[in-house]
Amino acid sequence: MDYLNALAAIANYILVPGMAYGAQLALGALGVTLVYGILRFSNFAHGDTMAFGTMFVILITWAMQRVGINAGPLPTALLALPFGIALTGLVLLGTDRVVYRFYRKARVKPVVFVMVSLGVMFIMNGLTRFIIGPGDQRFGDGERFIISARTFKELTGLREGIAIKTSQGITVITAVIVVALLFWFLNKTRTGKSMRAFSDNEDLALLSGINPERVVLYTWLIVAGLATIAGTLYGLDKSFKPFTYFQLLLPIFASAIVGGLGSPLGAIAGGFVIAFSEVTVTYAFKKVGNYVLPESLAPDSLVQLMSTDYKFAVSFSILIIVLLFKPTGLFKGQSV
Amino acid sequence: MIEVHDIHKHFGGFHAVDGATLQIAEGSITGLIGPNGAGKTTLFNVIAGVLKPTSGRVTMAGEDITGLPPHELFSKGLLRTFQIAHEFTSMSVRENLMMVPGGQTGEALWNTWFGRKRIADEERALAAKADEVLEFLTIDHLTHERAGNLSGGQKKLLELGRTMMVDARIVFLDEVGAGVNRTLLNTIGDAIIRLNKERGYTFCVIEHDMDFIGRLCDPVICMAEGKVLAEGTLEEIKANEQVIEAYLGTGLKNKAKTGT
Repeated sequence: MDYLNALAAIANYILVPGMAYGAQLALGALGVTLVYGILRFSNFAHGDTMAFGTMFVILITWAMQRVGINAGPLPTALLALPFGIALTGLVLLGTDRVVYRFYRKARVKPVVFVMVSLGVMFIMNGLTRFIIGPGDQRFGDGERFIISARTFKELTGLREGIAIKTSQGITVITAVIVVALLFWFLNKTRTGKSMRAFSDNEDLALLSGINPERVVLYTWLIVAGLATIAGTLYGLDKSFKPFTYFQLLLPIFASAIVGGLGSPLGAIAGGFVIAFSEVTVTYAFKKVGNYVLPESLAPDSLVQLMSTDYKFAVSFSILIIVLLFKPTGLFKGQSV
Repeated sequence: MIEVHDIHKHFGGFHAVDGATLQIAEGSITGLIGPNGAGKTTLFNVIAGVLKPTSGRVTMAGEDITGLPPHELFSKGLLRTFQIAHEFTSMSVRENLMMVPGGQTGEALWNTWFGRKRIADEERALAAKADEVLEFLTIDHLTHERAGNLSGGQKKLLELGRTMMVDARIVFLDEVGAGVNRTLLNTIGDAIIRLNKERGYTFCVIEHDMDFIGRLCDPVICMAEGKVLAEGTLEEIKANEQVIEAYLGTGLKNKAKTGT
């Protein structure tokens, strides 16, 4: 019984949150990796693109809630998502037209692009705070739990409960659907193949009659979709605060690099690796120890390897370790 | 067909192409030779739209095509291959060929979702055409191989195959023969001659193998130091003193003699 309790505690505090966080990071990292693979620069504005997209979703959600539209047990934000993606798509295409295209035409070095994206990041960052405010925003509604800790305890008679929040369930399911669609798109459709061709060998793609502007257009649209979805899921799961999204940029980049920049599969793997390590390292194992170890060995301290304040250090330690032993990432990505 | 008029291409202070003027006649297989660093590949890049010329004009059938982006030149029927063979490594040989024709139905996002049948028909036709091309080039046993796994020579054939997926008007071949064995080189030569005769492709070929040039090309243009030195049949070129000088570098002695 104690072992089951320990397992339940691990599932509740590590597995479930890790899965949800991993899915969110994976979606974010997919966006970063697509921009890197196809447009060939590290898009520092990605975290704030997520915030920007989520802001649209929140504003539309609020409007919907006011007129009384809701999705029953599901959060209203899911209904607002397509509109949010469309608006974010327009914003990204606008940014590309006004900012990035100029530099693409001038064929500048990738590092210049990175600095440009840094500028875009600060502008988006400021706009988001200006429009929706720098504080915490709540926009989740509908059923809170798929299964709450109390129901689980009553069902199983264990002392530890496993709670699965609706947002966590939705996150994982949405991520699976989005990733499946993306892979189908990249591998089976002509547009997706053009994008892969462009990523594989730009010169040859150009000389094969592939229109680069078109590839760029679709890339931004897909990135808008991925960023808005990832941002909204994260906001539903935790809460929406512009600064948090800015900080998310770090683990997202860590995920993309650990997996191998430019490799979609790597981005997903990287997302889960980073998420699970963060959650595991910052979890206090005291409870698990109490269940599993004999009384004399029961821990007095929290048995927490690191305080949650250091969670970013975890992503970066993994990043460094992976890069030391496998410089192109877990799944062979492009090297710079 | 193609007229290159006084093209200059400078990289900083280095004049890679320094006032090259030449014509490529319709239906010909024109050879472009010259010592390393003569500016042949740079000239190709300028014509194919990869590089913008510092000055000068390129026309195709009377139309000014200077500085057009590669994918627009492609749609006009101007194709090129690379000195070092390029391929989409992660795709199969057949998929590589099927990437080629631009403006396919499946390229529009709308059709990806709502034009499935049209795309399927189109892809079937393309696959059939790709298989035909592979057979023509005698590499049909590699249809499903990952292009990244091909040998250097096979990649060169694949490059040639790429130009056969559309109705090209003129094809620029950049050292098709480099690193290719005799037998395969002959296959490539046969393919070029057949394409020229049967489909009316115009070719412009950069090559260092004089036997290959001699078998295929008439006329031959020789470049050195960014300029066109001479034009004529291979025999004439071989007899040209300036050409010999450019290749063998007997310049010093002659300069002393003539006082230039």
